[in-house]
Amino acid sequence: MQSRLPILIFAAVMAAIPFVPGMPPFWIVLLDNIGLTALVAMGLVLLTGVGGLTSFGQAAFVGFGAYTTAVLTTTYGLSPWLTLPLSLVVSGLLAVLLGLVTVRLSGHYLPLGTLAWGLGLFYLFSKLEFLGRNDGISAIPPLSIGTYKMLSPGSIYYAIWVAVIVSALLTMNLLDSRTGRAIRALRRGHVAAEAFGVHTPRAKLLVFIHAAVLAGLSGWLYAHLQRAVNPTPFGAQAGIEYLFIAVVGGAGYVWGGVLGAAIVVVLKEVLQSYLPLILPGSGQVETIVFGIMLVALLQLAPGGLWPWLMSFLPERSSGKKPDASLKLEQRTRTPIQSGVLLQVEKARKQFGGVIAVNNVSFDVQAREIVALIGPNGAGKSTTFNLITGVLSATSGSISVLGKKVDRAPPQEIVKLGISRTFQHVKLVPDMTVLENVAIGAHLRGHSGPLSSMLRLDRADEAKLLAEAARQIERVGLADQMHQLAGSLSLGQQRIVEIARALCVDPMLLLLDEPAAGLRHMEKQRLATLLRELRDGGMSVLLVEHDMGFVMNLADRIVVLDFGTKIAEGTPSTIKTNPEVIKAYLGVAA
Amino acid sequence: MNTTIMLFLVQDGITNGAIYALLGLALVLVFAVTRVILIPQGEFVTYGALTYASLAAGQMPGTAKLALALGIGACAFDLFVARKALHGRLILRSVLTNIVLPSIVLALTIYFAAQKPPVAICIALSLVIVAMIGLYLYRIAFQPLAHTSVLVLLIASVGVHLALQGLGLLFFGAEGQRGPAVLSGAFTAGALRFTGQSITVYAITIAFIVGLWLFFGLTLYGKALRATAVNRLGARLAGIRTTLSGQIAFLLASVIGALSGIMIVPITTLYYDSGFLIGLKGFVAAIIGGLVSYPLTAVAALVVGIVEAFSSFYASNYKEVIVFMLLIPVLLLRSLAAPAVEEEKD
Repeated sequence: MQSRLPILIFAAVMAAIPFVPGMPPFWIVLLDNIGLTALVAMGLVLLTGVGGLTSFGQAAFVGFGAYTTAVLTTTYGLSPWLTLPLSLVVSGLLAVLLGLVTVRLSGHYLPLGTLAWGLGLFYLFSKLEFLGRNDGISAIPPLSIGTYKMLSPGSIYYAIWVAVIVSALLTMNLLDSRTGRAIRALRRGHVAAEAFGVHTPRAKLLVFIHAAVLAGLSGWLYAHLQRAVNPTPFGAQAGIEYLFIAVVGGAGYVWGGVLGAAIVVVLKEVLQSYLPLILPGSGQVETIVFGIMLVALLQLAPGGLWPWLMSFLPERSSGKKPDASLKLEQRTRTPIQSGVLLQVEKARKQFGGVIAVNNVSFDVQAREIVALIGPNGAGKSTTFNLITGVLSATSGSISVLGKKVDRAPPQEIVKLGISRTFQHVKLVPDMTVLENVAIGAHLRGHSGPLSSMLRLDRADEAKLLAEAARQIERVGLADQMHQLAGSLSLGQQRIVEIARALCVDPMLLLLDEPAAGLRHMEKQRLATLLRELRDGGMSVLLVEHDMGFVMNLADRIVVLDFGTKIAEGTPSTIKTNPEVIKAYLGVAA
Repeated sequence: MNTTIMLFLVQDGITNGAIYALLGLALVLVFAVTRVILIPQGEFVTYGALTYASLAAGQMPGTAKLALALGIGACAFDLFVARKALHGRLILRSVLTNIVLPSIVLALTIYFAAQKPPVAICIALSLVIVAMIGLYLYRIAFQPLAHTSVLVLLIASVGVHLALQGLGLLFFGAEGQRGPAVLSGAFTAGALRFTGQSITVYAITIAFIVGLWLFFGLTLYGKALRATAVNRLGARLAGIRTTLSGQIAFLLASVIGALSGIMIVPITTLYYDSGFLIGLKGFVAAIIGGLVSYPLTAVAALVVGIVEAFSSFYASNYKEVIVFMLLIPVLLLRSLAAPAVEEEKD
């Protein structure tokens, strides 16, 4: 939860600037440009820095916003205030179209894809007759309130900075919410988020639209500031420039976008006006110096300037304890006292010629702890991935409470009340433990992005955080609740994963090597917790290598070797099973 | 549709496509080894082309001085990084490769520029100059950032592109230049006329693709580069110097870029800022090739070249729109065919 005080002070300072006596009008023009750029950069912060989706195409969305209002106000004579929502809608809708094509691309395809359509759209702007081709559109009416026309840079200044500050607030509200946590988890890959019901393509599309709408807003303001548009500021160069503004400022931070915009706009201005004095004559010296400074800046602060500056401030104790009295309603389900919860029948998974899981069958009963053991490469984790829908089985069937779930995606599996942890910890390291665990409760909250932006989600949000805090206390990490997950030891991170899985309110908990990296005492506490959960009505299926831990805890053990089940039974029978001994120790033993 | 026109367009497209193929290969190579999306690739093209054209016209290209300046910078970086463990051999090696070599090349350039040298010498000098620029750029701009994210590397790459483009204007002026044909003469086969220049383009492209294939398949350095591309940490543990891999990749990319420039500057007039668009079309080919596959990139580049030739004939206004929009269906197919894979990013 961030304090609103610095933002209020910032807003007050910005409001006072035009009244400073002797303020050169040119500075106001610069501030206008900074504001316009900051809007686009802020969208990129969310898209690239937080969501991990790099886009070079944002300038095109600025163009959509600008051209929409330009055409509608000049050709059709609409009022600029009427074209504001239209500009945003056009940018948003085109973002949906382009986003559907591009956001599914992973890694380097995405930035290059956006570069491609960014360029294509630029050429389209400069060739289309009704957009005025290369000359663009001029004589766009100014913004006006009543008879007051915002003709000067000083008068539209307030419109621009109100837009910047409101957008920053809405964006920060969005990030600090249920939807925001899903967005922040995107950059770390999608498997973990999907295991808790996050629809990752939808979340990606959402940030894409958000960034495009902010860019469209900037374009609308730009058109009414310049009162003319032409294709040049919406080209690929501009798209690239927006991206580096976000990176220089600090791509993970909303205010980093504003800072980056200020630095780059001012730097360019200074270079343009003063460099010719030092190095007279030839043309583009400022571009050269600018390029070199950009590289130097990145080498000095690869994370951007905002976090670098913030590191000088004293650390604020962040986060108050969530109100424990708030209860999240349980998932609706039929309580099961006995019978088969999970049935795996002849499940088989082939990767090319490798049979990772070979016709394995077993089941998990209600209120039972089942351990899946076997030497490395036995197919245990693959079996987990088959059950949770991360992988789909080559053949065989998996059913939950008698219902087949072979082809169900992870988001559907978790809805059935099956939650999991991962062998390789999949937490978001730059989110707090509390926020990480709250992702587990994603499906039990209901607030969408709009209500989050407008802070209408607080009741829902408080319940989610209270539930997360309760599970963190249950696993014994209450003291670490507000630390960043990445700062915990690996063993503790595994425990955080268990708390996150518990937030689902599951009937079956799948734990992949939960005891690895734990100390003896911690292992005992984990075992106690798992027994409590079982006695409370939950079933547990776990993969584990620590034999002492497994033998003392499990009700039943399934042994895999090279993808094939070689034994199943109670701990005591498994201990003496010759097949198992052979698999673990070899024949000669 | 007239068959002659069609054949002519296809021929034109293949010539351009061959260039895009080379650039696409270089981009794939650099990205795979260093994770840098090499936007300055286009500047290597213009630098190569314009250095060649200037030399052929008897002018002194500024790039030779830039190479020396960058070399001094690279040497300074070398010495600064190794300041705690300086020893004679290291200093000697750094000074030799970063200062002595570009000084000699600069002297040669000054000597030859005064007397309108033959084509072969122009080519050789241009290639060496741009190759050195590529090598030193890696040392100065990218090697210190090697551990950072793809995004930061990309932005650094933008910075380098801006600086090089500005320098290009400084060195070569705003006017376009053309160079002399590498191989003059022509012959006709049916309706088609093959110039010596276009034959050169085909031959060099094919030679390079085969050469790269042999380099990666058979040589130890090639294998080291591939290993670095697959897993940096693993490659280091196996004793491969990943900075060396990065240097080789940049060296190859700058040579390929310069060579492409030298091959097209006799056909089309190039300006100091033409490289960006040419490089981007190489990108398009590289993306269609998935940034991993060399043969696919080469085929895609030919398609890009041919589409460009046809659209410039039928809808010249929309030529660039069509070329870049070509990507959208490809990306769509890719995203449908291959569901996104899990990737852990820093």
